[in-house]
Amino acid sequence: MAKKVAFLQGNEAAAHGALYAGCKFFAGYPITPSTEVAEVMSAELPKVGGKFIQMEDEIGAMAALIGASLTGAKVLTSTSGPGLSLKQENIGYACITEVPCVIVNVMRGGPSTGMPTGPSQSDIMCAKWGTHGDHPAICLVPASVQELFEETVRAFNLAEKYRTPVMVMPDEIVGHMRERIVFPEPGELEVIDRAAPSVPPEQYKPYDTSFGDVPPLAAFGSGYKFHVTGLNKMQDGFPTTKAEIVQAEEERQVRKVEANKADIMKWEEYMCDDAEIIVVAFGSTSRSARFAVNEARKNGIKAGLFRLITFWPFPEERLLELSKKVKAFITPEMNLGMCTGVVKGCIEGNAPVLGIFRVDGEPVNPDQILEKMKEVK
Amino acid sequence: MAFDYDKYIRPGKLPHIWCPGCGHGIVMKGLIRAMDSLNLKKEETCIVSGIGCASRLPGYMDCCTLHTAHGRAAAFATGVKMAKPEMNVILVGGDGDGTAIGGNHFIHACRRNIDMTYIIMNNYIYGMTGGQFSPCTPTGAKASTTPYGNPDPGFDIAKLAIGAGATFVARGTAYHAAQLDKLIAEAIQHKGFSVVEILDDCPTTYGRRNKYRSVVDMMNRLKEVAVPVKAAEKMTAEQLEGKILTGVLHKVEKPEYCEEYAKVIQRAQAAK
Repeated sequence: MAKKVAFLQGNEAAAHGALYAGCKFFAGYPITPSTEVAEVMSAELPKVGGKFIQMEDEIGAMAALIGASLTGAKVLTSTSGPGLSLKQENIGYACITEVPCVIVNVMRGGPSTGMPTGPSQSDIMCAKWGTHGDHPAICLVPASVQELFEETVRAFNLAEKYRTPVMVMPDEIVGHMRERIVFPEPGELEVIDRAAPSVPPEQYKPYDTSFGDVPPLAAFGSGYKFHVTGLNKMQDGFPTTKAEIVQAEEERQVRKVEANKADIMKWEEYMCDDAEIIVVAFGSTSRSARFAVNEARKNGIKAGLFRLITFWPFPEERLLELSKKVKAFITPEMNLGMCTGVVKGCIEGNAPVLGIFRVDGEPVNPDQILEKMKEVK
Repeated sequence: MAFDYDKYIRPGKLPHIWCPGCGHGIVMKGLIRAMDSLNLKKEETCIVSGIGCASRLPGYMDCCTLHTAHGRAAAFATGVKMAKPEMNVILVGGDGDGTAIGGNHFIHACRRNIDMTYIIMNNYIYGMTGGQFSPCTPTGAKASTTPYGNPDPGFDIAKLAIGAGATFVARGTAYHAAQLDKLIAEAIQHKGFSVVEILDDCPTTYGRRNKYRSVVDMMNRLKEVAVPVKAAEKMTAEQLEGKILTGVLHKVEKPEYCEEYAKVIQRAQAAK
């Protein structure tokens, strides 16, 4: 049977990816350039018995999302920069309470209102450090419409598997571009549901580490009674200020992502085997980078592309390895050096990192990358 | 036989954090009696709160309990209720939490008329942070951040709720403890968004700054200012000066949000 093929916008693909993953609840607030995600969900969710609610603000949307997830539903919201800033309060709440949820943040120029219709890649640090306190961060940065669909499915899997918020961050170009997409058949992509408790209600603790670093989460309304709080908590969910418990719980929350980096990280190495210059890029910028690498190869320059698909956790070890055999890294990005700084931070000075930064609402074009390659000695 | 509160209280979670003389415990007992009179199942009841002294109440209740971020109880609760409409969802919190930082979520929950009950304990002050003025602090009153008297006019929570579209609004006081369970029970039974404002006291951070020499003084004030709505009908405007109406202030029937969304699902599936 021929697979279903469509010509779809990135944001629409994110919504369809969420539906494929079994999303049953969406809470959001209108914001450019992500609104199409909400529009598709408002039309499609009720068809499958799911619920869509447009909340009074971004903060409320994130709050409703967590409330719905606690009843066992897979949940999605979508937003963009200013909305992401507002959502950070309750993203932190979802981190400490360990409630699965997926946030699609379509990156536009900032700070503040910035350039609402212009592309940007300047929210990637906000994905890791936006909410206060130490917490785990998972951020996926797809580069095509097909990949936005598939990475949204993976975002749900990671959220459910690790009981934590997961961000999918296409830049505005990926969110708004239209491309051919081949819909996976049901069952073709892995779909993970959160672990259900294996103990009866009277023995249940929402953070029972005897089940490992990711304890099963019961659903409100399923016979299990438990307490959820944004305060530092004990294994039974109740607040504590006991030093050793707070320390252990904080470390576990971060460890459940850090210790499973290999499962979460994803990248593509294109012509990196013999590369002397490696372009590290993500999102739409990686498409310019691929074009530039192909052009460079035609001219005899040994260039390669290291394309990030997971941004957080960052593939530090692999880049360190590669840094030992390259002449330079080139890091084109639509911000003033966020990824560049992260790359510099993990390669121990083994190679120069030459950044190309655009914050003018225009994509980095391949010529800029080819020009930069000439600077490599 | 004495009423058994223990069956609704989580074993081992008392004593509570509230100060001697605080009315929040009186409200919690009213809620427990109301739940008991309606036979609400604990595992099918979700109690949601924000931040503050009053918002610590859910931790003591042996139900599904959700202690959220400051002001956000109504928004979290909306997610719970919409995703699982068969649950009884009860919100509790204070005046600062509900009408300042949570004001937007509060009025929109009223507007949607989603079937939840919101118990607001109004003690006129931010107690947990040490007595800063709230949107409900009377003009002229002293708070830790109004050392020269409060220049702000206050909210009337009940009027705010009615204006925003809540379909059941009642007011009680911590002094009139025996009426609380009936008011709360009627609010829970009401189909739609119901608000119960409970005039409460904070001897620790409000009373001592505002010439209430004891908890008894504060309770006496609640006794004196409260006028049941029925009694008020027979009183003149002059007699009602400075009084606060108690009882069921507003009750109307309007479409409930989850039921309306169920119709959205029907329409979407019919069109499929």
